[in-house]
Amino acid sequence: MPDATELELTAQELRDADSESVLDTEFYRGRAVLVANPTKIRAVLEHLRGKGYTFLASLHGVDYYPDEPRLGVLYEMLDRTRVDRIAVKARVSTDHARIESVVDMFPGANFPEREVYDMFGVVFDGHPDMRRILMPEDYEGHPQRRDFPVGGEPVLFTYNEEQSYGKYV
Amino acid sequence: MTLTGSGDTEPQTTLTEDYRKREESITLSSSPAGTGETHELLTLNIGPHHPSTHGVLRLLATLEGEVVRDIKPIVGYVHTGIEKTAEDKAYWKVIPVVERMDYLGYYFNAMAFCGAVETLLGLEVPLRAQYLRVIHLELNRIASHLVWLGTSALDIGAISMFWYCFRERELILDLFEMSSGQRMHTRYFQVGGVMEDIPRGFEEKLRQFLKIMPPRADQYADLFEKNQILLERLRGTGIVDRQTLIELNVTGPLLRAAGDPWDLRKAHPYSSYDKFDFKIPVGTVGDNYDRFRVRHAEIYQSVKIIEQAIDGLPEGEHITPDRKVALPPRHELATSMEALIHHFKLVTEGFRVPPGEAYYPIEGPRGELGCFVRSDGSAKPARVHMRDPSFVNLQALAPMVKDSYIADLIATLAMLDPILGGIDR
Repeated sequence: MPDATELELTAQELRDADSESVLDTEFYRGRAVLVANPTKIRAVLEHLRGKGYTFLASLHGVDYYPDEPRLGVLYEMLDRTRVDRIAVKARVSTDHARIESVVDMFPGANFPEREVYDMFGVVFDGHPDMRRILMPEDYEGHPQRRDFPVGGEPVLFTYNEEQSYGKYV
Repeated sequence: MTLTGSGDTEPQTTLTEDYRKREESITLSSSPAGTGETHELLTLNIGPHHPSTHGVLRLLATLEGEVVRDIKPIVGYVHTGIEKTAEDKAYWKVIPVVERMDYLGYYFNAMAFCGAVETLLGLEVPLRAQYLRVIHLELNRIASHLVWLGTSALDIGAISMFWYCFRERELILDLFEMSSGQRMHTRYFQVGGVMEDIPRGFEEKLRQFLKIMPPRADQYADLFEKNQILLERLRGTGIVDRQTLIELNVTGPLLRAAGDPWDLRKAHPYSSYDKFDFKIPVGTVGDNYDRFRVRHAEIYQSVKIIEQAIDGLPEGEHITPDRKVALPPRHELATSMEALIHHFKLVTEGFRVPPGEAYYPIEGPRGELGCFVRSDGSAKPARVHMRDPSFVNLQALAPMVKDSYIADLIATLAMLDPILGGIDR
């Protein structure tokens, strides 16, 4: 993990290139996080890749309900030479849950981006196959959002077959 | 589900149209296979209920004759919303649910989660607990590789391997039963250490197993290495070069088989792995044979690690003495009011974790298993996410099988070792 100073230096480098690219930095328990502007996410990741963080270890979503902007997309970047990790966080609101896809930069981001779309409803612009991955294709809602209730999934019997969301006719 | 119930033919056409549309979404990236009279593409659905897909994995394969031109894995059939469930449970009650994600590597799931929570708490794990964790993690790695080896051999037609592998796995499950009372999904790892110290007789039984395992692994190698059919099916099939694998974020034995010695136990040691002497097996070309060899060689290395851990097992606590996180010993409850209060608080509310985020990666049997935990300061996690290696590695299936025969697809899938419980979570 880069220490707090190195994180600030990296953030400054990014700000020098584009003053709006990094909104904030977080450093907690040895974990360095760059809070990036969601519209500049590709530039930020590209810069980090140039610095040696070439491996996208994980991509996942978080719902910061009730804070705004609510949804977060986290990119866990890894430098395999120095064995160093840095996380990039981009936050988008539920009203405008869109962010640029990084699949062309990191082909391995394909499934994880689909998972974030499925679970949180963040649409990745430029993704080659933006569909649900874990939930059924005709499912409504994004279940990992904090305001999505647990349970309440109707069990299908003959008497309520007509109300099934998966019905074809 | 009645399709013609309403009397008109409208729904049926929409259904067919919908199917055709989905069929068209398969991209044919290799050169046009020809639409003339002699060449034709065929969409073949494999699974989800197919014994050689190692669970409920569905594959949509586009074939030109016997050759796979493209493949799309379709997952989600065993999605149970474990990450959502975890948000509704106290931290220590999350452990049994996350254990059920990758159901062959339950200790690894628990380790990743506990590690993330310990990071957030800033908690020091006693050395003895770290060693006990290593022993169980490595036993679990062997057990997981044994299931992989047995079922993979089954896919390729070698049935006897399955019984031999499960014979040895049984010994490991007996050991798990001894230390925790459960054979699978043991809930042995706790935040701050392990549930109980190993019982009397465990060490002896463990040493017996360690003596048995390497010669048994030699036997597996003999069965495999001297089988012409098997070698022909594994050698030179499913090759993907190292660079492509890295771009696809593939980790674990698949990456090591392509010659990249990336192992988090060495690269970024956790839980005292830096104190043990072991080697990282790597392959050369990255074909199915290398994948088999790498995992097979890892069994020996795991045995070596366990031997060192049991030899050097330090004395001391098996769980953190911090009563705010770990339950007090049972006997204290009868004599100490303080202990009783702690016990009550932990069992009812659980412990609170300071707000923050942590990502804790470990080397699972299939690659980097990272657990992301976000805490909002309450006694329940606000978000738990598992970066399951099977989920990410599955993306490498398409480049592995593209333009190869469908028979190789089965062998490649077996050597990929996907665990659908981990993929779907």
